Amino acid sequence: MAVADKGLSGASAGSSILNDERYRSVFYQIVVFGLIAWTGYYLIANTANNLQSRGMSVGLDFLSGEAGFSIAWSLLEFKPNDSYFWVYLIGITNTLIVSFIAIILTTILGFFVGIMRLSSNWLVSNLAGWYVEILRNTPLLLQIIFWYLGVFSLLPRPKQSLDFGGAELFFLNNRGFYMPKAVPGELFWITVIAILVAIAGAIYLTHRSNRIQEATGEYHSAFWPSLALLIGLPLAVFFASGSPLGFEIPALKGFNFRGGGRIPPAMCALLIALVIYHSSYAGEMVRAGIMSVSHGQTEASYSLGLKPSWTMRLVIIPQAMRAIIPPMISLWMNVVKNSSLAIAIGYPDIVSVFMQTSLNQSGHAIEIVAMVMLFYMTVSLSISAALNVYNKHVQLKER
Amino acid sequence: MKKLSLLGLGAGLIAAVAFSAAPAQAESTLDIVKKRGHLRCQIGTPAPGFYNLKKDGSWVGSDVAVCRAVAAAIFDDPNKVEFQSVTSTVRFTALANGESDFLSRTTTWTLYRDTQLGLTFTTVNFYDGQGFMVPKDSGINSALDLKGATVCVLTGTTTELNLTDFSRTNKLDIQPVVFEDSNVRNETYLKGGCDAITNDKSGLASNKAGFPDPGAHTILPETISKEPLGPMVRKGDGQWFDIVRWTVFALVAAEEMGINQGNVASLAANPTSPEMARMLGKEGDLDKGLGLPKDWVVRVIGAVGNYGEIYGKYMGSKSPDGIGIARAGSQNDLWTKGGLMYAPPFR
Repeated sequence: MAVADKGLSGASAGSSILNDERYRSVFYQIVVFGLIAWTGYYLIANTANNLQSRGMSVGLDFLSGEAGFSIAWSLLEFKPNDSYFWVYLIGITNTLIVSFIAIILTTILGFFVGIMRLSSNWLVSNLAGWYVEILRNTPLLLQIIFWYLGVFSLLPRPKQSLDFGGAELFFLNNRGFYMPKAVPGELFWITVIAILVAIAGAIYLTHRSNRIQEATGEYHSAFWPSLALLIGLPLAVFFASGSPLGFEIPALKGFNFRGGGRIPPAMCALLIALVIYHSSYAGEMVRAGIMSVSHGQTEASYSLGLKPSWTMRLVIIPQAMRAIIPPMISLWMNVVKNSSLAIAIGYPDIVSVFMQTSLNQSGHAIEIVAMVMLFYMTVSLSISAALNVYNKHVQLKER
Repeated sequence: MKKLSLLGLGAGLIAAVAFSAAPAQAESTLDIVKKRGHLRCQIGTPAPGFYNLKKDGSWVGSDVAVCRAVAAAIFDDPNKVEFQSVTSTVRFTALANGESDFLSRTTTWTLYRDTQLGLTFTTVNFYDGQGFMVPKDSGINSALDLKGATVCVLTGTTTELNLTDFSRTNKLDIQPVVFEDSNVRNETYLKGGCDAITNDKSGLASNKAGFPDPGAHTILPETISKEPLGPMVRKGDGQWFDIVRWTVFALVAAEEMGINQGNVASLAANPTSPEMARMLGKEGDLDKGLGLPKDWVVRVIGAVGNYGEIYGKYMGSKSPDGIGIARAGSQNDLWTKGGLMYAPPFR
C-alpha cells in the first residue's frame, strides 16, 4: 500500500514541495522547531534586555562571590567565606541525601504495607489499611511540622541528653542525634578496596549459582558464602593493615555537644515524615500491582508445590513489578520534590539555603529560581530515565 | 504545597519579566497612579507594629501609614490604596516589574540594594538594629556569652548575614537554624530547640509580646547591626521618588513644628511661622516640582497624623496596636531630642 501511495505522490510532479509526502513532514518539523527556538530566544533576550533597562545586574557572576552566611548542617564542609556556587552544591547534596534515604526507606516500607494489606490475617490487613488511610489523607506539611514540633522538639535539652547504651557514645536531645564519627587513618583505602572486591565477589557467586541452577536444576544457595565474603574479607584486611580507623566521640561543651557526627532534629523529622507519608502511597501501588496478577498464577504455583513465600517472591512479585514501576517513578520524583517542604522546619535543603537565603542576599532572583528549577528537573528526569530502563527490564518478554 | 507555590511563583516572576515590554518612559508614575484612581503599595505579611490586619480586614501600622500618607497626598483619601502583602523573597522583583508603585516593608537600606536592583531607597522611617532574645533563666546577660549556642533565625532578611558576621568577628561559632515561618521558629525557641532568637529588635519586641509568658524572656543589650528601614521606589522617576521621600519628611517636619492631626486644619488657615505657611501651602509654590496639590501636607497630616502620632499608635506601649518600643532618647526620636529623625527644610 505504502509503495502505491509513493507512486501516486510521485505522479503529481510539478506541484509544490508541500504536496510531496516525502518532504512535507520534514518541512513542518523544521517550521515547528524554528518557532520553538525563536520563542526561546525571544524570551531570554527580552528578559535580559528588560533587566538591563531596569538597571538590575544580570548573569551568573555572583556565583563566585562570597556567601557570608553559615549553614546549620551540611554533608560537605561549609565555611561562611565560601562562594554562592558552593552554597548551591551544599543545598543539592543536602536535598539529595535526604531524598535518597527517604526513597529507599519509602520503597521498603511501602512493600511491607502493601503485602500486609493483602494478608489473610484480619488484624494485620486492617492495621495496614488504617495506616494508609490516615497518612494518605493528611497534608504532608502538617505531618512534617507534627514530627518536628510534636516529637523532636519535645526531646530533652542537651544537658539532660538521653545516652543510648550508657556508654557515652550515642546521645539524643532536641538539638539532634549525636554519634561517634569515624576518622579514617592513612591506610584505610586498602579496606575500601577490600570492600569493593568483596562486593564484586558476592555478585559473581550469585551469578554462578544462578547459572548452575539454570543449567542443571540444582540449587546451591550463594547467600551464606557471599555474606561470609562480604564481612570476612574487609575485616581481615582491616586488621591486617593495622586498624587504621579512629573515632571522634561527641562531648558536651557549653550549650551543645561538640565533635562526632550529628543528625539535626529537622532532618530526622523530615525523613520520618517523608517516608511515612509516601510509604502509604507506595503500599497502595504494591497492593494494586500484586492484585493485577491473576489468581490462577498463585494456584498454578501452589500446585507445583512452591511454598507461599516462594510463590510471592518468585512468581507474584516479578509479574506485579510491571504494574508497580510506572506509578513508583512518579512517587520517587514526588519524594524529591516534596523534600523542599524542609524549609518549614529549618532543614537547610536547596530551597532553604539557595532559593531563600542566597536569593535574598544576592538579589539575583531570576538566575537562582532558574537554577533551582533546573536542579529539580534534572533529578526528576534522571529518576524517570533510570526507572524506565528498569521498567523495560521487568516488562513481559514475549518470546 | 509550599514548594509548588514557590516554584510557580518563580516561574511567574520569570514570565512576568520575560513577557512584559520595557515600561513606557513617557508616562510618569504619578500619572499612572492618578489614571488608575488608587495607589498600589507593597507591604509584608502581618507583623504587629509595621503592618497588621485589624478584625475588620483593614491594614494598620507604621509602614501602612506611609502608604496611606502618599495616597492622601495624591487623592485626599487615605483609603485609595491597594495593599499588596508580599513575602520578603519576591518584594524587589515585584516592585521592579511595576506590580506596585512603591515598597513600604521594613526593608533595610544597603548599598547593594540601592544600586544593583534597579530600585532606590527614599529615606528612613524607622531605625532598627538586630539583637538577641534569650530565656531569662538561661543566665545569659550578653550576646558575647553565646559561644557555641544554637540560634533560631528567620530567612529572607539581612539577619542571617549579620548573625554570621557577629559570630565570625567574636569567634563565637554560633550555629544558626533557619526558619521560613515565624510561628515554627517561636515554637522551636519556646521548647528549647535553640538557645536564642535573633531578629531586628522591633521584631523581637513584637514576638515577645505574643509569647505566653513575656516576662520570662529578655532582649540582650547588644545591637549587632544597623537596620535603617525605609520605603523604596523604582529608579528612573525622580518626581515619584521625591513624592514618597518628601511625604515621609513631611510627617517628621510636622511633628517638629507641632502640627498634628487635630490642629492641622486650623494651623493651615493661620500658620505660626513662614516655614509652616510654605509647608502647608499657604505661601510659596513648593508643590510645583512634586506635581501635587498645594495643600498636600495638610491632607497627609489630616489623614494619618505626624510621625510622633504614628509611632505612638503602632510602636509605642500606650496604644492597643502598639508593640511597646520606647521612643524617648532612641534613634527614632526627633533630632531636637537626641534622635536621628530629621527632615530637611521646607523652603
